[in-house]
Amino acid sequence: MVPEFGHFALILAMLLAALLAVVPLTGSLTGRSSLQAFARPLASGQFVFVAIAFAALTQAFVTDDFSVAYVANNSNSMLPWYYKFSAVWGGHEGSLLLWILILTGWTLAVGIFSRRLPTDLVAQVLSVMGIVSLAFLLFILLTSNPFERLLPNVPADGADLNPLLQDFGLVVHPPMLYMGYVGFSVAFAFAIAALINGRMDAAWARWTRPWTTVAWCFLSLGIALGSWWAYYELGWGGWWFWDPVENASLMPWLAGTALMHSLAVTEKRGVFKSWTLLLAIITFALSLLGAFLVRSGVLTSVHAFASDPTRGTFLIGLLAVTVIGSLALYAFRAPVVHTRVRYGSLSREIFLLLNNVLLLAALLLVLVGTLYPLVLDYMGAGTMSVGEPFFNLTFSPVAIAVALLLGAGIFSRWKRTDGGWLGRQLLWPAAISLVLAVLVPLWLGELKPWAFAGCFGAAWVTVATFQDIWSRSSSRQGRWYGLKRLTRSYYGMVLGHLGMAITIAGATVVSNYGVERDVRMEPGEVAQMGDLSFAFTSLRHREGPNYAAEQGVFEISRDGELITTLYPEKRMYRVQRNVMTEAGIDAGLFRDLFVALGEPVGGDAWAVRIQFKPLVRWVWLGSLFMAAGGVLAIADRRYRIKVKGGAAEKSAAGVQEPGAVAGKAT
Amino acid sequence: MRRFLLFIPLLLAVALGVVLFAGIGKDTSALESALIDDPVPAFELASLEDPHKIYRADVFQDKVVLLNVWGTWCPSCRVEHSELVRLATEEGVPIYGLNYKDNRDAALEWLNNLGNPYELSLFDPQGTLGFDLGVYGAPETYIIDGEGIVRYRHVGVVDRKVWTEELEPRIRQYREES
Repeated sequence: MVPEFGHFALILAMLLAALLAVVPLTGSLTGRSSLQAFARPLASGQFVFVAIAFAALTQAFVTDDFSVAYVANNSNSMLPWYYKFSAVWGGHEGSLLLWILILTGWTLAVGIFSRRLPTDLVAQVLSVMGIVSLAFLLFILLTSNPFERLLPNVPADGADLNPLLQDFGLVVHPPMLYMGYVGFSVAFAFAIAALINGRMDAAWARWTRPWTTVAWCFLSLGIALGSWWAYYELGWGGWWFWDPVENASLMPWLAGTALMHSLAVTEKRGVFKSWTLLLAIITFALSLLGAFLVRSGVLTSVHAFASDPTRGTFLIGLLAVTVIGSLALYAFRAPVVHTRVRYGSLSREIFLLLNNVLLLAALLLVLVGTLYPLVLDYMGAGTMSVGEPFFNLTFSPVAIAVALLLGAGIFSRWKRTDGGWLGRQLLWPAAISLVLAVLVPLWLGELKPWAFAGCFGAAWVTVATFQDIWSRSSSRQGRWYGLKRLTRSYYGMVLGHLGMAITIAGATVVSNYGVERDVRMEPGEVAQMGDLSFAFTSLRHREGPNYAAEQGVFEISRDGELITTLYPEKRMYRVQRNVMTEAGIDAGLFRDLFVALGEPVGGDAWAVRIQFKPLVRWVWLGSLFMAAGGVLAIADRRYRIKVKGGAAEKSAAGVQEPGAVAGKAT
Repeated sequence: MRRFLLFIPLLLAVALGVVLFAGIGKDTSALESALIDDPVPAFELASLEDPHKIYRADVFQDKVVLLNVWGTWCPSCRVEHSELVRLATEEGVPIYGLNYKDNRDAALEWLNNLGNPYELSLFDPQGTLGFDLGVYGAPETYIIDGEGIVRYRHVGVVDRKVWTEELEPRIRQYREES
């Protein structure tokens, strides 16, 4: 019965979403506040019923109810209990339910935290989010019902969760990622509301910014988790593969990063309004595009969901309605929010505009590289993918350019920056970075052009950031007072930029100076790599809860001194008969030692992959910094200051001169 | 003019939508190759091991073989490699390799380290044969029958399941036919 309750709850949630999509919006267009007042109760209601449905599905997993088709396909009675929980989002149907739960959760959160906003704006925003919820609820109910029963032939046991997903990284990765994807729907809803009512000003940007930042933080962490998981779980030690599914998460991240910066300009200076609105639409559209690419089966990927043309057709319909509808609205209504504020050709505005251009260029490269096979196929020119070489070749220069621009942009000021002054500020960062970009590669090995460029970019951003802190914190009451006087959002920005520098440094060093060797080894043999020796001491058999493993014992030493012992495994999962590689990793802040068992290659010998990966942790450490920066930025005081009713109304009506806000808020 | 610019995102989105829509429902793992039931296109490629040894389409004669397209730049190829080795050693399946858009030294090192499942290895650094075959992205595996006719195409990793469900029955069938 419980699964039927879950199904029923989902249908009720869909009906409430339909009401939410229509009633408050109608109220705001006709000016009837009684209808607008339905927004919050309806938003709460749809969340409650989706949560009930989610609980029902979880219950089916925990109690091994294999009469539910989705449970039978994604779980097994032998599965450890914690993976029974995470198996709820281990397949298409359940992950879609998680997506909807998060979407209605965000809607509820907007309802709760929007008490200070004008009622009609809240009604519009929640209605737009209701439209999105409605679309996804229809999608799950019509094409991907997770509660479908396998009656009367109930299987005795389930087909088990894909062993790749039986891992901590995959327990937390999808919720994080979806929090990011779906979180961008808030910025989208605010943008649509602004286009509908034609009001968009500094207050609008101030409301939208924290929501966007939070979504961006989650997406950053989600992407990093996925990359970390691929590194230790897939067994060959890479951390980014330019797989379509990875690209599907990178594209909204790039657009979201551009959006955060563009929102900053809109809030502080009241410009780029129309551009900000477009970015908000694009960012969310790319989240939807990601869902489409992963779930429709138009592209092959190592980890796309099983495909189904009906789902693809539904999703493209959803995409079409949302994206075409909002872009059409944008095309007709964007001139309404047009403003004229002057800024010089060398100003913070210009630097942020260039930052947006570069981020969009990077986004375009990823988009083209990902969709290239589809486009070629459509033109009848055959199909082929561009693969990793294309991305590595084109993406790296843009990333370096972003870093160079960022280092200079840190010193720029709103309205106008003196060129000579800016040049003098950049002398030290340039000199220190140049030295580091030569010394670090030489210390790690030989000087290579890309290593030079990457190290220069990372050092440039770091030095410029610290120099900026130094000059901003000078104060008559002393340095400490000056440091305390800087705002949280400033420190948030500092952390975010340092995070980017850390990621660039890590990516550059590990891809240029990582050493990997594939060797054939028998127990008792020793492989040398530089001054490290990897001794394959023994191989033993080990039984896990739902797998059997061959476990190698590797002792790694330098000059006869033992550094660590690693236990890489080759696991055979019993139910699905999958062989999985569990790498042995000695993780460190400055380097990882990595051993993975390949295949038995005759006799007792195994193909073994040993790797030395310098700074690989920095790739993910950087995203922790970025996310922490985001959290710090939204903790800024100005988001908590109560906006007086009158002031809010006045600024919402667009009476206030946008430039006036800038000086105050900086 | 400015008004018109605002419509550009809309137009781009519509164009993209058309392409995406056309892509739906095409089974990407059994992509209809234009070549199904046609002979392998003519080619002249060097052996991966020996640049002086040249292979032509007539190598596909007398027996049903798997033609596996791979490259060292392709992570999924690494995933499937152990299964290919198993197929070659345990099941005795003749597998021909097409090393696609790759570097000769890297490819040879890969085979040295991970095992070499291939009876013969074609080296296709420019991707010419790959282009003629309509290769979508590595790895891909084709079944080519005893007359050199392309019979089946699998896009993606060959694992135990793909082997038992898709490839083995067909190989058996084409063996019986010829």
